[in-house]
Amino acid sequence: MLKKTLVALALGGALMGAGQVMAADYAIDKQGQHAFVNFKISHLGYSWLYGTFKDFDGSFSFDAAKPQDSKVNVTLNTTSVDTNHAERDKHIRSDDFLNVSKHPTATFASTSVKSTGEGTADISGDLTLNGVTKPVVIAAKFIGEGKDPWGGYRAGFEGTTTLKLKDFDISTDLGPASESLELIISVEGVRK
Amino acid sequence: MQWRNSSSHYGLVSILMHWLVALAVFGLFALGYWMVGLDYYSGWYKTAPDLHKSIGLVLFTVMLARVLWRGFSPPPASLPDHGRLTRLASKLGHSFLYLGLFVLMISGYLISTADGRGIPVFGLFEVPASLTSIPDQEDVAGLVHEYLAWALVIFAGIHALAALKHHFIDRDRTLMRMFGR
Repeated sequence: MLKKTLVALALGGALMGAGQVMAADYAIDKQGQHAFVNFKISHLGYSWLYGTFKDFDGSFSFDAAKPQDSKVNVTLNTTSVDTNHAERDKHIRSDDFLNVSKHPTATFASTSVKSTGEGTADISGDLTLNGVTKPVVIAAKFIGEGKDPWGGYRAGFEGTTTLKLKDFDISTDLGPASESLELIISVEGVRK
Repeated sequence: MQWRNSSSHYGLVSILMHWLVALAVFGLFALGYWMVGLDYYSGWYKTAPDLHKSIGLVLFTVMLARVLWRGFSPPPASLPDHGRLTRLASKLGHSFLYLGLFVLMISGYLISTADGRGIPVFGLFEVPASLTSIPDQEDVAGLVHEYLAWALVIFAGIHALAALKHHFIDRDRTLMRMFGR
């Protein structure tokens, strides 16, 4: 009886210790800002314009053994858009584009995850942008995970999705090359 | 006509500056109003704002010169039939126009320089950025600029109507003085 209890306790302890293979909740590292929500859109068909949203937060739960049970939630402050140009950023915030006074936040909430290979998955979810909610699929890649030197445990991902501006009621005509925009979400989470 | 103002008449410098600034202010309002509605592919999309900013910055120098000139050559005395209320209203109204224009031009400058970028003036030289640390600078300055532009252009219209009132109703020299008479 004692031996069985001891064995059970030892096994349980071993399983707990092997944290990697357990489902875990992570908070996006906003404090250290090891997370970025960037976008890329063509300028006149002649070059790429990159921008970022500086203020966002979120969380994800991830289980390497059961990736289909993973979840992601991100909320961003649309006013925090930054393309390194004050006049352009002011224009992007206006009702010609993001209309931030009317829609101060944009969100992504995952609905399902499908593994597409070793360390990659398609994350389906609802993207709410400019007050419009549409389903999108983020092609995600697992970058790595493990203990950090300061007592925490981290995991990181990068995912991309391409969306059409018109689908989100952003109707200002920037030309035929600029009808869609690529969102690049690159995040590191700290295990809660 | 003299260059300087006298106790009874405006001189050429004040008169020229007054009408040039009036032209610039109404012109810049119209240009600003029109340019924000331009399509991305309009040939004027870049040119119109460049012109608006260049003229605005030159106007700033003219207004500074105007304030200095006012110290050097004060305006003529109030007309004898201008009572206390008229003189007070005149002082307040003109102060609002002067002050409002300076705040308007500075707010415009703060929009474009919020990211540390300078503003080119007719492609000849650049006015550097200075204050860039106001939170949401380009947006806050933008709102100030937009609302003040409307307030000023409406008040300038009232200013013109007041001059016409003095001319046609009071039948005094107020308006004619700004033509040198």
